[in-house]
Amino acid sequence: MNTRSLARLCALLTLLAAAGCSSIKPWVKPYERDRMADPIMSWDRDAISSQFLDHVYESREGSRGATGNTGGGCGCN
Amino acid sequence: MAHPIRFWLIALLLVGPLAQGAVLPDDRADVFYSTYKGGGMDITGKSVLVRKKFAETFSVQGEYFVDTVSGASIDVLSNASTIHDERKQKTLSLDYIRGKTAYSASYSNSKESDYVSDNWHVGISQDMFGDLTTVTLGYTRGFDTVSARSGNTISKMGQVDRRSYDLGLSQIFTRNLIGSVMLEVITDEGFLNNPYRFVRYADPTDARGWNTQPETYPNTRTSTAVTAKARYYLWYRAAASASYRYFSDTWGIRGNTVELGYTHPLGNRWIIEGRVRLYRQNAASFYSDLFSRRDAFNFLARDKDLAAGQNISFGAKVTYAFLPDGWKMFRRGTVTLDLSRIQFRYDDFRDIKAYGVANGYTAGTEPLYRFHANVMQVYASMFF
Repeated sequence: MNTRSLARLCALLTLLAAAGCSSIKPWVKPYERDRMADPIMSWDRDAISSQFLDHVYESREGSRGATGNTGGGCGCN
Repeated sequence: MAHPIRFWLIALLLVGPLAQGAVLPDDRADVFYSTYKGGGMDITGKSVLVRKKFAETFSVQGEYFVDTVSGASIDVLSNASTIHDERKQKTLSLDYIRGKTAYSASYSNSKESDYVSDNWHVGISQDMFGDLTTVTLGYTRGFDTVSARSGNTISKMGQVDRRSYDLGLSQIFTRNLIGSVMLEVITDEGFLNNPYRFVRYADPTDARGWNTQPETYPNTRTSTAVTAKARYYLWYRAAASASYRYFSDTWGIRGNTVELGYTHPLGNRWIIEGRVRLYRQNAASFYSDLFSRRDAFNFLARDKDLAAGQNISFGAKVTYAFLPDGWKMFRRGTVTLDLSRIQFRYDDFRDIKAYGVANGYTAGTEPLYRFHANVMQVYASMFF
């Protein structure tokens, strides 16, 4: 088994172990998540707007990615 | 590496049934209008988005977006005529949830007269640890066809094959704090130049002191971006957010983005938001504002997007609920106005359009370029 296969096996075992722990008691109880459910806590309340702004920046900067939106096209002349 | 995404998808598919709820996004319909004015460009956007759930486990979203572009940025205008073009983008997304696992797939097609882009995306997200943690994985494949237009003639220049891999982790830390980390690696191969852009090089035989030749880019690019962000619920019902992104690529660009935001509801009808965004990058390794001679290097670029520079954005957003408590089949209806002002400054990109020898500036001494852009979005949203 080469190093890459070993790394994948370790990662898989970690994921399985993590899934097995899904029954652990959450430290923030479900009835304490009213604030997280408030729309003002949403990462992205309006996808149509955030996709547009991401495209504005991506067309004018060297950086790209890790915004949570998948883009397409150019429109960048 | 042989099919790494296949490994991760299989891994999560295995893990999925072992853990126990993902939630589908709300049903909604949006009508959207935007304008962008700045740097010689005038862009108008119109869009419609509809999302609908079926049987609480399946959701479909369709979006149609039309951009109308007139003008052109300074680096294109320095060598070419004004551009008028229209970009149409169609996107169809499907989401399916089973237990605490959400599966998603989407297809988007973007078409301009000189640029066509097709993108396929698949993703999976898994809630775990009592729904405090969400892990997401995604894979996007893109195929672009790049053309150049001269008058009424459009010539195909080449194609781009793009693959994107993303991995995200979202974590609820306390009743008031949520954070997330996202990694995305994108790799492109093909014709990555902009066919309208030229580089300039010193030429003592020319009256301007410089001459031009077409840009030449590498035909591969791989980038890595990592974003960390956090959102905090304030005790008087408001939210503060912060995010940071680090970017690097094989062209030598390193970028840093910081964004701070504040969201404040007023009663049950109004939500106001403010944000500030700072961005800074260094230049690509093959970028120069003025090369020393023709064919100075194998790769040559004078695209201001690859120059060293920075920008700062200030944004404000106001949402008004005209149906705060719903009406008939609609649960809520809102209208939103979003305004941004972005100030761009470049450290090594000079304004050769407005200044030159006639104005007393020799090649390489022209003032550095800067401009600002105003971006407006207005949209109506119905939730049902």
